Amino acid sequence: MGANTSLITIALSAILINNFIFSQFLGCCPFLGCSSKMDTAAGMGLAVIFVMGLASAICWVVNEYILMPLGLGFLQTIAYILVIAVLVQFVEMFLKKAVPSLYSALGIYLPLITTNCAVLGVVLLNTQYSFNFLQSVVYGITGGIGFLVAICLFASVREKLEFADYPECFEGFPICLVSAGLLALAFMGFSGMKIGG
Amino acid sequence: MDFMLIVKAVAVLGIMGAVFGAVLAFAAKIFYVEVDPKQEAVRECLAGANCGGCGYPGCDGYAAAVAAGKAPVNCCVAGGAAAAEKIAAIMGVDAGSEEKMVAFVPCSGGEGVAVKRFNYKGPQNCQAAMLFGGKSNKECQFACIGLGNCAKACKFDAMHIVNGVAKVDRDKCVGCMACADACPKKIIKKVPYSQAVLVGCRNQDKGAVTRKICDVGCIGCMKCQRECPAEAIKIENFVCTIDYDKCVGCGHCSDICPRGILLYQADSVKAAQ
Repeated sequence: MGANTSLITIALSAILINNFIFSQFLGCCPFLGCSSKMDTAAGMGLAVIFVMGLASAICWVVNEYILMPLGLGFLQTIAYILVIAVLVQFVEMFLKKAVPSLYSALGIYLPLITTNCAVLGVVLLNTQYSFNFLQSVVYGITGGIGFLVAICLFASVREKLEFADYPECFEGFPICLVSAGLLALAFMGFSGMKIGG
Repeated sequence: MDFMLIVKAVAVLGIMGAVFGAVLAFAAKIFYVEVDPKQEAVRECLAGANCGGCGYPGCDGYAAAVAAGKAPVNCCVAGGAAAAEKIAAIMGVDAGSEEKMVAFVPCSGGEGVAVKRFNYKGPQNCQAAMLFGGKSNKECQFACIGLGNCAKACKFDAMHIVNGVAKVDRDKCVGCMACADACPKKIIKKVPYSQAVLVGCRNQDKGAVTRKICDVGCIGCMKCQRECPAEAIKIENFVCTIDYDKCVGCGHCSDICPRGILLYQADSVKAAQ
């Protein structure tokens, strides 16, 4: 992908083909940690969409108008971490005041996202693919949607796992990792796809 | 030139950090949300372990509920009586006036007494057992399945499966009702610790049906209703119910019940005296 990729291609790629969790293995910790129940998984997914979209927009501005003109491209990673951390804090405060219902729905997941590598991943990839502003935002939001799809699928699998009769030595995380691996394999089916150009 | 680059990098990140810091400090002022001072004071009294024993999501959730007057003051298990007293002082109520509540499983149909529908060998999980026809492994559709979802949910080691039916350790139970949420049949009730007699059955089938499927099911024989000196017991829906406003705690019903399901709580009666 590059600067000329169409928005639809970016969206489909982020949601299915290059799903952040299943093919890029970014954001695995919340994926495993917050997927034991469907409600928490959905809350986490929505919070990720929200933060990834915003972070993409702001980091693009920071990169384009601050780092690039000064020839400080090598500071991208650290600058992005700074931006994301501040952004999450800011959004949390803003939501608490302006939209308390959304704030309580996202709950503790919002601050947790500060350390979500999928968010840092998406902004670094935006830079790597040299996307423009709109492309970056679309990639951020659809990447978040991909995360939501993945974590919700996995949560429904895990809810069913409770009734599965697997060997005792697989109890807990081992069986989770096995089923996560199988889900990722299923998503491999999308990997050869090419859309447009 | 290299040196300039370092200076520039430090300056840019420094300025960014300072600007962001200022923005956050400013935002904290603008978006400040008034928190009930009582809530913060209550939060200070709690143990801060976020154990969930009170039944609320974390200490903050419980503090908010107490400050709003929606929760009793003595739910903090880790904080114990000391915390309850402090919170009671803040909220202006008496700590002791809150009645201790415990969980209770109204079923006595364990191994050998309740007739089984099938010999269940699947995953040891009540919900999994429910998947077979939506009832359970026992003929009685009101019965405790006895595979221990509640015991797993209990954080205080107060719920155990004894002989195929869940039993509450009333002294360890804190009344958080995590077990009731985990129970797929939703049979676990919250009862005051002080109640002298509890009805260990909730079967609403007719007596003849109950007699066939469980040795310890209430058959609605009315013996307790007739003999209760306080007239506190009534048979409703083929199962006896006790009116605790009338009950004097004599325990006579427990002695005469032919099925042995009116469970006399000797320790709670002793505690009340």
